[in-house]
Amino acid sequence: MTSVSELMETMEYGPSVEDSGAVRDWLARRGAFGHFIGGAFTNPGTLFDTRDPATGETLAQVTQGTAEDVAAAVAAARQAQPAWAALTGTQRARYLYALARHVQKRERFLSVLETLDNGKPIREARDIDVPLVARHFYHHAGWAELRDTAFPAHRPLGVCGQIIPWNFPLLMLAWKIAPALAAGNTVVLKPAEYTPLTALAFAEICQEIGLPAGVVNIVTGDGDTGAALVAADVDKIAFTGSTEVGRAIAGQLAGTAKRLTLELGGKSPFVVMPDADLDAAVEGVVDSIWFNGGQVCCAGSRILVAEAVADRFQTLLNARMARLRVGLPLDKSTDVGAIVDPVQKDRILSICRAATDAGGELVGGAAGDGCFIAPGYLKNISPANPGFEQEIFGPIATLSTFRTADEAVELANNTRYGLAASVWSESAAVATDIAARIKAGVVWINCANVFDAAAPFGGYRESGFGREGGRAGMLDYLAEAPVEAVQEPAPAAPVSTTTGTGQPAALDRTAKLYIGGAQKRPDGGASYAVPGGLAPLGSRKDIRNAVEAAAKAGKWAAMGGHARAQVLYYIAENLSARAAEFATRTSQAEVEAAIARAFHYAAWADKVDGANVQAKPGHLLNVVNEPYGIMGIGCPNAQPLAAFMSLVMPAIAMGNRVVAIAAQDDPLAVTDLYQVLDTSDLPGGVVNIVTGPRDDLAKVLAAHDEVAAMWMVGGDLAAVEGAAGGNLKPVWAPAHRDWTGRQAQGETFLRHAMQVKTIWLPYGALPEGTGSAAY
Amino acid sequence: MTRNPGTDLRTDGFADIRINTPAAERRAATLPARRSLKKDHQAAWLLNAVRCIDLTTLAGDDTPDRVARLCAKARQPIARELLDAMGVTGLTTGAVCVYPTMVASAKRALGNSGIPVASVATGFPAGLMPLNLRLAEILYAVEHGADEIDIVITRAHVLRGEWAALYDELRAMREACGDARMKAILATGDLKSLENVARASHVAMQAGADWIKTSTGKEGVNATLPVSLVMCRAIRDYRDQTGHVVGFKPAGGLRTAKDALNWQVLMAEELGRDWLRPDLFRIGASSLLGDIERQISHHVTGCYAAGYRQAIA
Repeated sequence: MTSVSELMETMEYGPSVEDSGAVRDWLARRGAFGHFIGGAFTNPGTLFDTRDPATGETLAQVTQGTAEDVAAAVAAARQAQPAWAALTGTQRARYLYALARHVQKRERFLSVLETLDNGKPIREARDIDVPLVARHFYHHAGWAELRDTAFPAHRPLGVCGQIIPWNFPLLMLAWKIAPALAAGNTVVLKPAEYTPLTALAFAEICQEIGLPAGVVNIVTGDGDTGAALVAADVDKIAFTGSTEVGRAIAGQLAGTAKRLTLELGGKSPFVVMPDADLDAAVEGVVDSIWFNGGQVCCAGSRILVAEAVADRFQTLLNARMARLRVGLPLDKSTDVGAIVDPVQKDRILSICRAATDAGGELVGGAAGDGCFIAPGYLKNISPANPGFEQEIFGPIATLSTFRTADEAVELANNTRYGLAASVWSESAAVATDIAARIKAGVVWINCANVFDAAAPFGGYRESGFGREGGRAGMLDYLAEAPVEAVQEPAPAAPVSTTTGTGQPAALDRTAKLYIGGAQKRPDGGASYAVPGGLAPLGSRKDIRNAVEAAAKAGKWAAMGGHARAQVLYYIAENLSARAAEFATRTSQAEVEAAIARAFHYAAWADKVDGANVQAKPGHLLNVVNEPYGIMGIGCPNAQPLAAFMSLVMPAIAMGNRVVAIAAQDDPLAVTDLYQVLDTSDLPGGVVNIVTGPRDDLAKVLAAHDEVAAMWMVGGDLAAVEGAAGGNLKPVWAPAHRDWTGRQAQGETFLRHAMQVKTIWLPYGALPEGTGSAAY
Repeated sequence: MTRNPGTDLRTDGFADIRINTPAAERRAATLPARRSLKKDHQAAWLLNAVRCIDLTTLAGDDTPDRVARLCAKARQPIARELLDAMGVTGLTTGAVCVYPTMVASAKRALGNSGIPVASVATGFPAGLMPLNLRLAEILYAVEHGADEIDIVITRAHVLRGEWAALYDELRAMREACGDARMKAILATGDLKSLENVARASHVAMQAGADWIKTSTGKEGVNATLPVSLVMCRAIRDYRDQTGHVVGFKPAGGLRTAKDALNWQVLMAEELGRDWLRPDLFRIGASSLLGDIERQISHHVTGCYAAGYRQAIA
């Protein structure tokens, strides 16, 4: 035993281990766990172990969920759903409020249980995970209360299947369950096989507060259980996990009409500008990649630092890294705990090896015994190195340099992911510009890994789609009022022809494709017969050319809403001047609808504002609506002009560029539009139009990696959704309807034409207590 | 102990300083939550804090006898039976800190205990006396035996960005101190912005301060963790630039044993364990010692203590 005098010389911290007695008593009392279905725990089935990764000790045995278990859970949820949805908002809110309260009453228990099962430091479980869980239920108790006021004419989706990962087990549960319940859905949730215990403890809380049976169901198990849930009779799947599994789920759900949101992987950039507070940025790295052992989907794992400050930054980073304490997760002085499982540890080490084999240099990052890896980073690393590209999901960042702001942005965006980014600069002008240019769903300026229930969270690109948190998150658990759907007439197979149908009375006109603001002959040099003449027979190469042209028209978004509105108004004006001519091609009603659409979305172009969200004091939190970039639109095979305008106008009003496939059987009203678009000052490449076999062309569009979102009305939706799964672009399939009617216009179209970016900016001229709050 | 000789005024040493205030506050807020001290380790850290306390009285009604009582507490800061129970001997506070006219009384009361006497000077706390009088006050305190001088800076020089003026007055004060070691009080509650605190820290160190100190205890806001964090980082940067080592003294905001632990964790994590020794770390405090003694009493006896059973300063 070291004496106090000796300790006064060494000044070591010593052990400070959180008591886990209450949790261990609970585990002993509970024995093997069954599922939680219909308000009760089932008898245990085939069991598997869940372990404490820090010691390898078995904590409990839980049941491997079968397809029958999943079906029983879904049936229980299905049975409970109508009554749950029929409660008033206030009644549902009271349950959510009780969940929040009970999480708080058991905060210590839940923190310790989470740390034991997952290996994260008790400080993080106690100070970050569990408080955010309670906050999430409180916030969504509010949404339950306000649902009918805030989202008029919306209704719940029904039964939601939810699959969550092991890195934030209870927090991800809260992110999934709270909005689903607030909206009036019931859920079947499958926790990760490594970390099922806090979900089972949460099931007890559901019993404690008297939540109606079947509203929340928990089925434990591995990936097979998850696959069974995806295949089950649910109305929505919400998945958080790896991009690989997300892609498989998207493929499995293609054509099923089930709703899907995905929160997937990331390789988020962490940009340190030369005018950054370098100490703050170093702490940002600690909060990013050394938080939760780097097992964070939005971790700032690619450090990009200005060459001018790179040496000093690394000196500070190395000093800070040396003081991090790796160790027993239950010790209150531990900074970095255990990796969740030996499988994950091996995966991390193998990526590091591949990175060093390719010339990277690993600083720190030594593997310890058991599931421990010391914090570290890879330097001398460039985009071509596998360590720069792959999500390591461990406490290892990459560090590389840039010369200028444009290069920083280029490197930041040089990734297939787009979940989050962190930007460090003391210049508001610089930081906000870089935040706008980075393609990511969440951008933290001068902070990292800050979360709040009111702040939408979710990805761009292959980091998934859909949002969790705030208003945007609620919308992903609600359905809009149904439209009066109309059966779409199936297109006829286009017959390629090189012989004209012959209209000798008039001067011959040749309809072409519209690509990059110019009329182009189809690459295949063929046409097909349509009412009124011949239409160019577009092919995959024409789609390629159209997307290329759209890619070059990026200035459209930067023009701003006012300038875009002017173009849309001008389109309405020019279309109006030629209304009679278009009416002969289509109908009076279609022309009027087409003019109305241009006029209507011109009005919206400068009014789809984001929000300044009140999440945390001292934080300016902007939720910004951004265009996707390039959108593919497959138009229905009817009402060619009205449908085209109803779909393309909202898309471009929001700043997207579009590649549209015109109504297959009757496209000439659309090809006639080219001159209208030309004379309306629409920049070339903003709208590109291809005619031909709609389903084939749409599939090519959906599979194109440069296309960020896809709309498809009718046709082979399964094939389009299957192809879109490749780069995980969202597909919206509005029902075919009367495109001249009221239901062919409105905010719904705008909402699907943009993605939400959440930008955090903590502010403060003076330390708290000496200044006053600005916002 | 090698003293910090200072350097010429080098504004490039701090011209590019950028401090993000919310980030500094976040670091300061999470630091205490990242480290935990229990049982004997906690006791050791609390006793170490006692070693670093400048036990202070700076009141208008100070008298020689009151100062003598303070000095008695400095010599026996924790009840002997408690120290005996832990096997700790020879524990004293880092220094006592008084007004110049009380230096002689303090010297007398401390006798040959080896505890240094620190004197505030230079028109404490506002520092707005003519420079020659402020320098004369230093000389007076040194003449009466002060081992350390806690000077105050002219805040106006910082607020107006007059670095040369600030440097020159601090240089003159350092010379007046002679062999007495100099603590430069920045009065951070008056400087307000963290960048001002960092710049003033650098100028004070360049002018040869042995410690930089947050506060007089008389400003609206005294020592806080964010301000201390910024000063510690300035000490680190100055050492990296010059190789010279400077100490730190938070003053006026530390009242509880938990505060004492938090500030020591800050020193250990941001500067390293060398900054847990009284030659590089002092705590300016009066009531803090009482709370530490209560905690120590609980550690030794297992019972919660009553204030009236402890010797007051």
